[in-house]
Amino acid sequence: MTSDLHKLTIVEAQARLSRRELTARELTRACLDRIAAVDSRVNAFLTVSEDAALAQADAADARINAGGAPALCGIPLGIKDIFCTRGLRTTCASRILENFIPTFDATVIERLREAGTVFLGKTNMDEFAMGSSTENSAFGPTRNPFDLERVPGGSSGGSGAAVAADECIAALGTDTGGSIRLPAAFCGIVGIKPTYSRVSRYGVIAYASSLDQVGPFTKSVRDAAIMMQALAGIDPRDATSSARPVPDYLRALTGEVKNLRIGVPREYFVEGMQPEVERAIRGALASYRELGAETVEISLPHTEYAIAAYYLIATAEASANLARYDGMRYGLRVEADDHIGLYNRSRDAGFGAEVKRRIMLGTFALSAGYYDAYYLKAQKVRTLIRRDFERAFERCDLIATPTTPATAFRIGERTADPLQMYLSDIFTISVNLAGLPGLAMPCGYDDRGMPVGLQLIGPPFGEETILRAGEAFERAFTPRRPAL
Amino acid sequence: MASEAYEAVIGLEVHAHLQTAAKLFCGCTTKFGAPPNDNVCPVCMGMPGVLPVLNKRAVELAIRMGLAAHCEIAPFSLFDRKSYFYPDLPKGYQISQYELPICKGGYVELPGDGGAPRRIRLVRIHIEEDAGKNIHESNASLIDFNRSGVPLVEIVSEPDLRSAEEAVEYLHELRSILVYVGASDGKLEEGAFRCDCNVSIRPRGSSELGVKTEIKNLNSLRFVEKAINYEIKRQVGILESGGRIPQETHLFDPERDVTRPMRSKEFANDYRYFPEPDLPPLRVPPAMVDEIRAAMPELPAERRARYASELGLGGYEVGVLTREREVADYFEAMIPRLKNPKSAANWVMTEVLRIVNESGKPIEEAVPPAAESAALLKMVEETKISFNAAKTAFAAMVKSSKSAAATIEELGLVQVSDEPAIAAACDAVLAAEPDKVAEYRAGRDKLFGFFVGQVMKAMGGKANPKVINEVLRKKLAG
Repeated sequence: MTSDLHKLTIVEAQARLSRRELTARELTRACLDRIAAVDSRVNAFLTVSEDAALAQADAADARINAGGAPALCGIPLGIKDIFCTRGLRTTCASRILENFIPTFDATVIERLREAGTVFLGKTNMDEFAMGSSTENSAFGPTRNPFDLERVPGGSSGGSGAAVAADECIAALGTDTGGSIRLPAAFCGIVGIKPTYSRVSRYGVIAYASSLDQVGPFTKSVRDAAIMMQALAGIDPRDATSSARPVPDYLRALTGEVKNLRIGVPREYFVEGMQPEVERAIRGALASYRELGAETVEISLPHTEYAIAAYYLIATAEASANLARYDGMRYGLRVEADDHIGLYNRSRDAGFGAEVKRRIMLGTFALSAGYYDAYYLKAQKVRTLIRRDFERAFERCDLIATPTTPATAFRIGERTADPLQMYLSDIFTISVNLAGLPGLAMPCGYDDRGMPVGLQLIGPPFGEETILRAGEAFERAFTPRRPAL
Repeated sequence: MASEAYEAVIGLEVHAHLQTAAKLFCGCTTKFGAPPNDNVCPVCMGMPGVLPVLNKRAVELAIRMGLAAHCEIAPFSLFDRKSYFYPDLPKGYQISQYELPICKGGYVELPGDGGAPRRIRLVRIHIEEDAGKNIHESNASLIDFNRSGVPLVEIVSEPDLRSAEEAVEYLHELRSILVYVGASDGKLEEGAFRCDCNVSIRPRGSSELGVKTEIKNLNSLRFVEKAINYEIKRQVGILESGGRIPQETHLFDPERDVTRPMRSKEFANDYRYFPEPDLPPLRVPPAMVDEIRAAMPELPAERRARYASELGLGGYEVGVLTREREVADYFEAMIPRLKNPKSAANWVMTEVLRIVNESGKPIEEAVPPAAESAALLKMVEETKISFNAAKTAFAAMVKSSKSAAATIEELGLVQVSDEPAIAAACDAVLAAEPDKVAEYRAGRDKLFGFFVGQVMKAMGGKANPKVINEVLRKKLAG
């Protein structure tokens, strides 16, 4: 007997749970069954924690029956394997942490536990979030549910694919240069990278600290607003988290976009862009105009330097962030005659090729004699990019762009050429450099049926605006489900 | 010390633990002496995903030290990552301050030998975290992370010091200041106060700097002195034999009193500093500095000046009394009860410090409270007891913890000043020694002491010698 419970959105599941038409256990069971049925093909999960999930589901049912349970109580989630989960293996898709079991929860995990959510397991990703396709996982690539020969995007590809394949109701990801928005676009679902500092990074295994941000993957914009409500807010354990009060995101979903000024950056419609992508984005802009919004052409003149700046700043930070994996206290250790040998052998065996490449890049960028020319210069570019956006937001309320220049590419297509792979993030990276919120959502499909992602970018703490615009578009757009 | 031809140029980098209850970036206690790896948490163990949160108290203490050393307190400073691999460094980088430290410039004044004070300029004071500790055993190395993340200030001097002795004097002064302002407990034996020395030499009269040797991680003042003197001699030897001094980092070997170069693998030379993205810039509002300034306690130099001008104490006494804040506090607690502060000074410098030094314990544990010391001296001032009786009583009180009054009573040390009783004893002695009395009166003045001794003996040693003197003189003058 197969049920369709796993296909529910948060809103739908919530309604049924609160009416007692459905138990959290049934919903969790349905997701676990779906994982069992499809994940051998998708490879979205690195760890499935069935027993713990069912126990959480039972606890959620008890809370629901007692009344007054929080909004997300009983909702089964996929958790990117970058979040520290107490007692549950957390690998960051790396050999070096293959057997690492954290003794503590990330702040967002703690919040989701308190909210009564159910953790189905840990999802696949590019090793240490370094990648755009999830092919850099030490445990094999995740496949796109719309076409198993294609990538789901990265680095949070496991979370993106799991939501698209209905293996979970929603999922948690992180986004450093596009790692939520890219998989959301490739997998035809909704993903948000909030404003930097909006969500706590405590317990999120760091890739590039000044860029990393936590966000949700969901099947609808409304679901994304519900997830944001649970995730956002100051954390005394993260000194960079914002004290700004968290607004009521659901109340922002008025469906009203009349007179909203949508900026369209001319630099984001580049030569060589896949025509179907441009067509779908132009179509979405036309829909907005029909709804009463106004589109204005804007310019973000330093866009072309974003990738270069990003790969200096992110790798510099990563080179320090990954220094702790030294085989001394936890993680993989390969013995040697002295401690330096132990470092060399452990790190050589533990890190994959892309991680090593980025550590070397970052180490180089910070080295004496190169610091000014690379790291410092990149920081100056970052300031210019931030100013581009500040100027643009004088003329518009939000910015709409394609999330990627093309739809999901074939597995193996870009692995041989790192630079080509890096270009996948060309439309998402500036948003991280400027610390802005960005939402990706489906707005069409290419000739092969692969999803096209619309990206909505807001000013700092403009989550309400992009959620509102996204949800208004969603009212007139029915996303497709992959046939698995 | 260097030689006739050469002058030493020395700069010091001092690391001092800040006396906070919690570590710099997490809530773990800084308490010393716990079993290995007891005072640790995911943050100070460098677990994946953890983030630092700055301890405000550490910032306050660093500002206190900065104000005491006449530094400029930066309204905006940054934390940076200093990267190097070492097993005791859990994150693979140390969070420190590099380009924009919290305190800039400033100076420390050394009292000097009676002459004008010598001013040692500071480059900077910055905040950073300590690393853990490697423990090497015969077949394995162990790491204790209790110290990992304990807050430090690094105090960097200009190369203004000219001898090992001066370096030690500077360290004493720095340590005094840290303890006086409550920034640090300055406990050398717990590794709470350590220093790296940069030593070079140059021909006397030259103003250029020679190539320096850095001597790392000296945790005792004695080692600092030995290491610098050894290093100066070594460098003079090289130059005099026509050699050149290579820029090196050395370690002091206390077993053999020599320094030896570290292997280049043992230290990194490119720390790849960059601003710590996990911590926002440190902003210190002027009001905070004003508040700390208003609450600053008296500094060693101020106390020295006061002791000299108000109490009329000499330079040496002042130096000994003020070096340790607890000693100075002990001394000051005695003064109001006594007529003569000098007697209190002598008492502290001789009786009190002798016992403190012998016991190796802090002053409050080693000797009776200042009030009891003062009570004894008060009795001496009032001629109730003799000075020797005070010393005897004090020694007994160290063991018994009884009060001065009770001890004097118990040991029967009260002095007899009763004149008729003493006069009677004098009469008896003089009557018993008619020959000696005659000799004395014929001009053998030396016999006076003999009579005093006899009277004292007759009174069981408890008579007031001053009264005996007076009475005897009258009677012998006859």
